[in-house]
Parts: sequence; structure tokens; C-alpha cells
Amino acid sequence: MASEITVTLLRFAFLALLWLFVFMVMAASRRDLGIGRNLRAARSADAGAQPGAQAGAPTSSPTPVAPPPARASQLVITDGAQAGAVMRLGDEPITMGRANDIEVSLEDDYASGHHARLFPQGSRWFLEDLGSTNGTFVNGNRLTRATVLEVGTDFRVGRTTMQLRA
Amino acid sequence: MALSLRQKNDAPRSRYIVGFILSAVAVALCPISMWLIDSEVIAGGDTRWLTATLTLGIGALVLYLVIQFKARFADPLILPLVLALNSIGLAMIYRIDLTTSAQAGASQVMWTGVAMAAAAIVLLFLKDHRALRRVTYISLAVSLFLLLLPLIPGLGLEINGARIWISIAGRTFQPGEIAKITLAIFFAGYLSTHRDLILLAGKRVGPFRLPRFKDLAPMFIAWLLSIGVLVFQRDLGSAILFFGLFMAMIFLATGQVTWLVLGFLFVAAGGFLAYNFISHVYYRISSWVHAFDPDVYNQVVGGSGQIVQGVFGLASGGLFGRGWGNGRPDLVSYSNSDMIIASLGEELGLIGLGALLMMYMLLVSRGFRASLGVRDAFGKLLAAGLSAVMVVQLFVVIGGVTRLIPLTGLTTPFMSAGGSSLLANWVIVALLIAISHSARAPQLVDTFEPEESSDTIDLDSYENDGATSVISRITDHNNADHQGGAVRE
Repeated sequence: MASEITVTLLRFAFLALLWLFVFMVMAASRRDLGIGRNLRAARSADAGAQPGAQAGAPTSSPTPVAPPPARASQLVITDGAQAGAVMRLGDEPITMGRANDIEVSLEDDYASGHHARLFPQGSRWFLEDLGSTNGTFVNGNRLTRATVLEVGTDFRVGRTTMQLRA
Repeated sequence: MALSLRQKNDAPRSRYIVGFILSAVAVALCPISMWLIDSEVIAGGDTRWLTATLTLGIGALVLYLVIQFKARFADPLILPLVLALNSIGLAMIYRIDLTTSAQAGASQVMWTGVAMAAAAIVLLFLKDHRALRRVTYISLAVSLFLLLLPLIPGLGLEINGARIWISIAGRTFQPGEIAKITLAIFFAGYLSTHRDLILLAGKRVGPFRLPRFKDLAPMFIAWLLSIGVLVFQRDLGSAILFFGLFMAMIFLATGQVTWLVLGFLFVAAGGFLAYNFISHVYYRISSWVHAFDPDVYNQVVGGSGQIVQGVFGLASGGLFGRGWGNGRPDLVSYSNSDMIIASLGEELGLIGLGALLMMYMLLVSRGFRASLGVRDAFGKLLAAGLSAVMVVQLFVVIGGVTRLIPLTGLTTPFMSAGGSSLLANWVIVALLIAISHSARAPQLVDTFEPEESSDTIDLDSYENDGATSVISRITDHNNADHQGGAVRE
């Protein structure tokens, strides 16, 4: 029989092991809570840059994409119930959807509560769908991951079309 | 650790590595606990620890591989959490076998193997959880059949006054455990198609919208079912479980407090009648309220001895517990099934029990996470319902053991001795894994025809109607189904 101290130590070690397991699971589930989101976005940005470069020449972008000095600073609603509305963009990510407690609250029954998110990364804005029911579309393509959003490119959330302006 | 792995490799692979490591740790908890319980028994050549560990380990490996092949994007954390709980459960049952006359260990290990095999089979054959939607009404029929089985003379078995078991070839089985899955499937299927009707129809009274009687019918069925279980099978625990499942699901589907209020009125009425007319319920409640009354404590039928001994056990465990193998679970009746939480609390203390409860919480939160992520309403309701049934069961059993609510005989998921409960809960886990796979899989839909879907219902004329949001939800529905079709192609 092991000595009293060993037994006691093992007893506490087992409790520590149980909690260690719990914390390992919690650490692994962190990414779902959105903490690791910027990491993922950065990666998909790299991946997204290549097809963008290939298609860059033929697409007609209104402003020539010289080294852009600063990020776009305005979000304009071009079509939909709130057409004409202009929103000033800062350095913070913004969420758009039907909910009332977010930056861009849309009067659009086709939009989900938290529909999509725009977030700054370097000198560009990225658009990311937040698991909406009807999807977010850029140039008619449904977003499957965070994508670079160029100035002047229309994107659609529900029945509302928006674009970035410099 | 998870973070550093993720930065090095591409994200999905590292998640599976984390899942694998965590599963290995979870399986290892079983032999570690058994060794801590009594190292001399193991040194003396007892091989029960080996059988248990091998069963768990092989089962875990098989399930891990099945998930890799069949549900690649599934949540990697569900399996380790369940394995850890099952490990601790096996260890506790083994420990109780050593000091009491109970011999549940071998059959529990066998059932663990069977349950894991069943989970693997579910994952192998269920390609898409939406297939279950097609059996909505069949699963209602199956639920009723399963619940009626124990009442058939000759087949049904009455143990301790409750008639919820059937006996086949010397083995007992609790069909009600399987019924909670089929009922969840029925409620998810029914509510995902009728939700909008339930929301929209009915008279408005002040801020509340009273549901029509027609829409109340399933609520009545659920209520009658629970009362039926209570009256004919004399099982308060299952009755609470079934009604709790229904309440949770209808609230999740409609988001209306009216339903909760109505449900609680039903419960109050049912509870009042049961307390006054069903002796079994009366004993349960009196042994809860007057637990420390010597008359009630010593009462032969429906006494409070079990609860009180369980609470004393928890108290003697204190903060750090008495250590594996040092408690007195032999003093509590059913210490390896209904009261396993008290046995664990005595030996692992509040800190150990807290860790176990955290595991349950994480497991349930992974279930709700799958529900949030999945795109179809049926999947959402099913995942949330299955998670909710686990929550209700845990609340009823742990609340009962800790004397927060009257004690009713329910098993602690994954831990209590009892094959049917183990089987049912592993199947629930398989369903959650399958749903989390569809929730996390990248969507294949790239193109979308907005013209087609907006032509089906012209919404512009309804723009300012109060019902717009609901109608848009209907169209959201159509869209979701439409996309669902595209995914399957």
C-alpha cells in the first residue's frame, strides 16, 4: 500500500486531470466563440487574393487600383427599401442584418438577424457571411468564406444591395 | 496547445488531432480511475479494468474512424466529452461492484460496446439527418408503441413499482429511453413544418396570441402521454422528461412565452391531480419535503432514506472528495444507477463533480452549437431538442439527488448503470455528430436564382403587415429547402 502522502497527491492529481481535460476541451472550442476568427480571415484573404488577381484585368473597376492609400470610408445602400442611405465606416468591423442592436440594421425581411459582417484588414474591407439563411452575394456569387470587397463592387444582403465608396 | 497546433497546420487537420488526443485522454481516465480505486486488485491479476479499457478504446477508435470517413466536418469535441463521462461511469460502477453485492460492471461494459457500435451504425447509414424528417409520423407511432410495450402482460416487468421495463430472454430493457429519441424526431419534424401556422393563427388578446385549439392538439398529446406514463407506468421521471422535451422544443420553434405559460399551467394542473390521486407521486413529494423526518426516513415504501444517505454522502465528500475507493456508496441504495452522482460526489468531491458537470455543459453546448450552425429548421430543432432532453434529464436526476426537486428515478446520461440509457444516449450523440457535420461542412451552393424564389410569393403587397416577418420566414424556409435540394445534388 502506497504511503498516505502519495495517495493524497494522487487524489488531487486526478481532480487536476479532470479539470485539465475540461480546459483542453474549452481551449479547443475557443475558435467557435469567434476569438480565432481574424486568423481564419487572414488565411482566406491570402487564398482569395490569387483568383482576384487573375480576374483583376478584365473586370471594370471604376477606380484604378493603384496602391490604395486608405480603406473605403463609406457604405452606400444602392438598392432596396433604404436605398440612398450612406454610412460612414471607421476602423471597427460592422455587422449588418435585420437585428436592431447592430451597426447596420436593415429593414429587409429577406435578411437574417445577423446576416453578414464587414471587417477591415490592412487597407481593405472583407465581407463575411454569418451563416445567413439567404446568403450574401458578391457579383452574383454566394459567399462561402470571408472575401475581399473592392470599392464600387455591389453586394447583396437579402434584397438590399450595397457597395463601398472611397 | 490547441492554438499552437492550429497555427502550424491547416485548421481542420489540427482539430482532428486535438480530437484524437482528447479522446485518448478520455479513454485513459477509465484505467487511471480503476487503478486509483484499488491498485492491489489490479496487481492481483483482476482483468476487469483491461476489458473495460479495451472496449472503450476500440469503440472510440472505430467511432473516430467512422467520423473521419462519414462525417469529416463533425464537431471533434463531442466524442471525447462523451468518452470521458462513460469512462468515469464505468470506473464508478466497477468500484461499487468491488465493495457491494452489485454486479453491474460486466454488463455495463458490454452495453458500452453495444451502444458505441449502434452509434457507429447510425453514423454509417444516416447520410443526411434530413432523411429523418420523412419518418416524422412513423416515429410518433414508434414512440407510442415503445411506451406501450411495458404495459403488455408477460412482456412488461415491474421493478420497484414502476412498470417501464420489458424483459426479453432474461435481459431487461427500458423502451422509454429509445422513445425520447423518436419523440424528439417527431416534435422536430412536426414543429418545423407547422411552426408558421402555430405562430400565425389564433386570436390576439392584448400582447399575446392565443393558439388555436387545433394547434394545441400536439401539446395535448404530449401532456396526455406524460400523464399516461405517470398513471400507468408510475414513472414520474420519464413523465417530466417527455413533457420537458416538448416544452423546450415548442419554445425553441416559436420563441413565444405564451406556450411556456400554458405548459406550466398544464404541469401545475397535472401535478396537483397527481399529488392528490397518485400515491407514488405523493410519496415522492413527501419524502422530498420531509426528508429528515424520522417517520418518513424509516418508511418502508417511499421513504427518504435513499435521498438522505445520498446527501450525507455528498456532504462527507466535501470540497475535494474522499478519493477513489474511500467513500461509502454501499450505504445508498441504487448507488450505481439513480444515485451515481451522489457516489461520485462523495469520492471526487465538489471539485470533481464540478468537472463532470462542466463536461456535460460543454457537451450540451456543442449540441446547441450544431443546432445554431445547421441550416435546415428540422436539423436545428432536432439538435436542440436532443440537447434539451439531456439537460432536462440531468436537471431532474441531479436536482433530485441534491434534494433541489423531488427525486425521481432517472439515469444520469452515460454514467449510470443501465444498458438502455447508455444505448439511447450514444445514439443521441451519433445524431448530434451527424448534424454537426452538416452544420460545419462548407456549403456547396455557389449560384442562386433570386427571381425564382421571389416569384412564388409576392411580398411587396404585404410589406407593412404585421405578418410580414412570419411570411418571410416561410419563404426563408422555401429557400432553405431549395438550397437543400441543391446541396444533395
